[in-house]
Amino acid sequence: MNAPVMLRMTGVTRVHGHGAAEVHALRGVDLEVRMGELVAVMGPSGSGKSTLLNLAGGLDTPTSGTVTVGRDDVGTLDATGRARLRRKHVGYVFQDLNLVPALTALENVTLPLELDGMPARRARAEGTASLAAVDLDHLAERFPDDMSGGQAQRVAIARALVGPRRLVLADEPTGALDSVTGEAVMRVLRQRVDAGAAGLLVTHDARHAAWADRIVFLRDGQVVDSTGAAAGPDSLLHRAVNA
Amino acid sequence: MSVKQGFLALLSERPMHGYQLRQEFEARTGGTWPLNIGQAYTTLQRLQRDGLVEPVPGDAAEAPERFRLTDAGRAEADAWWLRPVERKAPARDELAIKLALAVTVHPADHAVDVAAVIQRQRTESLRALRDYTRLKHDVTDDPDGLAWSLVLDSLIFAAEAEVRWLDHVESTVAQAAHRRSATSTVEPVQTPPADGGPDGFDKLNQRIRGGAR
Repeated sequence: MNAPVMLRMTGVTRVHGHGAAEVHALRGVDLEVRMGELVAVMGPSGSGKSTLLNLAGGLDTPTSGTVTVGRDDVGTLDATGRARLRRKHVGYVFQDLNLVPALTALENVTLPLELDGMPARRARAEGTASLAAVDLDHLAERFPDDMSGGQAQRVAIARALVGPRRLVLADEPTGALDSVTGEAVMRVLRQRVDAGAAGLLVTHDARHAAWADRIVFLRDGQVVDSTGAAAGPDSLLHRAVNA
Repeated sequence: MSVKQGFLALLSERPMHGYQLRQEFEARTGGTWPLNIGQAYTTLQRLQRDGLVEPVPGDAAEAPERFRLTDAGRAEADAWWLRPVERKAPARDELAIKLALAVTVHPADHAVDVAAVIQRQRTESLRALRDYTRLKHDVTDDPDGLAWSLVLDSLIFAAEAEVRWLDHVESTVAQAAHRRSATSTVEPVQTPPADGGPDGFDKLNQRIRGGAR
């Protein structure tokens, strides 16, 4: 795969606390997510998944090693620079409480653009396009409380990838949804990534991690294993027939 | 079995000849279980022998010959939907056997790394899960797409169950080992492994041995 790398982590270590209370949340993690690629991270609780996501989104900085988002080295940015990086490039999708209840779907989606100083008219156009990409432009004026859980998650995906943003970080985005709705949300995330975004997904649900191109295992702050590249359709059919 | 019942179900729509039956069977199960044409005709012959299907009268001049359900065949086709599929004794499962042995076999020169066995397998099972899911990306909304999607889901849920079971084995073994080490500091010599003692590790051994028999 030759698409540009959107997120690159090299030898990333993150230590919380000092002395006897020192906790090594990550120990020398290397990870790359390219445009058009969805990578899932699995691992038991305490394995470092959340730390990894926080570092990828510039919410935290590594103790050693480098985190690069686009062309920016997160470690060299000050707090203001990191906030700007998040507004411009990174979107989050959490398990719930993604949306501001007092704002419509469209206003939720355009919020990061307006915070970044984009003129309202252009922000509206970008927001509408992003809602259309998740098939929800007809609910633009709807408030979050009047939407289903699946629709709210799709709005969150639209906001995560609105305007120039190309990196979506998803933390158990299907956690509160039933199996069919969860799958629909994963399908939308997959489509948005296929359209050129980069995605990093943390989940404990194997069926949802399976929508990723690669699944990476984290244990005690280290990558212990990773699924290889995806198989071609011929070998897939062969597998399905012989399963 | 399933091909026979599948043919009866298809014939409940309309009369068909062997080649059509084979095509419809494959199309509606997403091509997951291909049939050769010989199998299709053998199945039809058996159904005819058992009085469940008959050639369509007045069709004789036409080649190939079409078949339709008899009254008995229609009754059997209707009964099949509501009869649950019997779950027979589990087939010998290499993975279950391997893990059962991994926690009990103690090779002379080095210990089996159970955690590594589990991790390798989990990666492989997740890879299969990912590959099946990839096939779902392009599933269409028509009835054929729905059928294919449900067959894929059956493979996907089975692979997911395997991953969840591996997670469970991993934490059970870890807990058992933890309890074992806690016990052994009190009585270092009198607790030989796998003697059916009260600790969880031995109980796990017994249960796996019982289940694999």
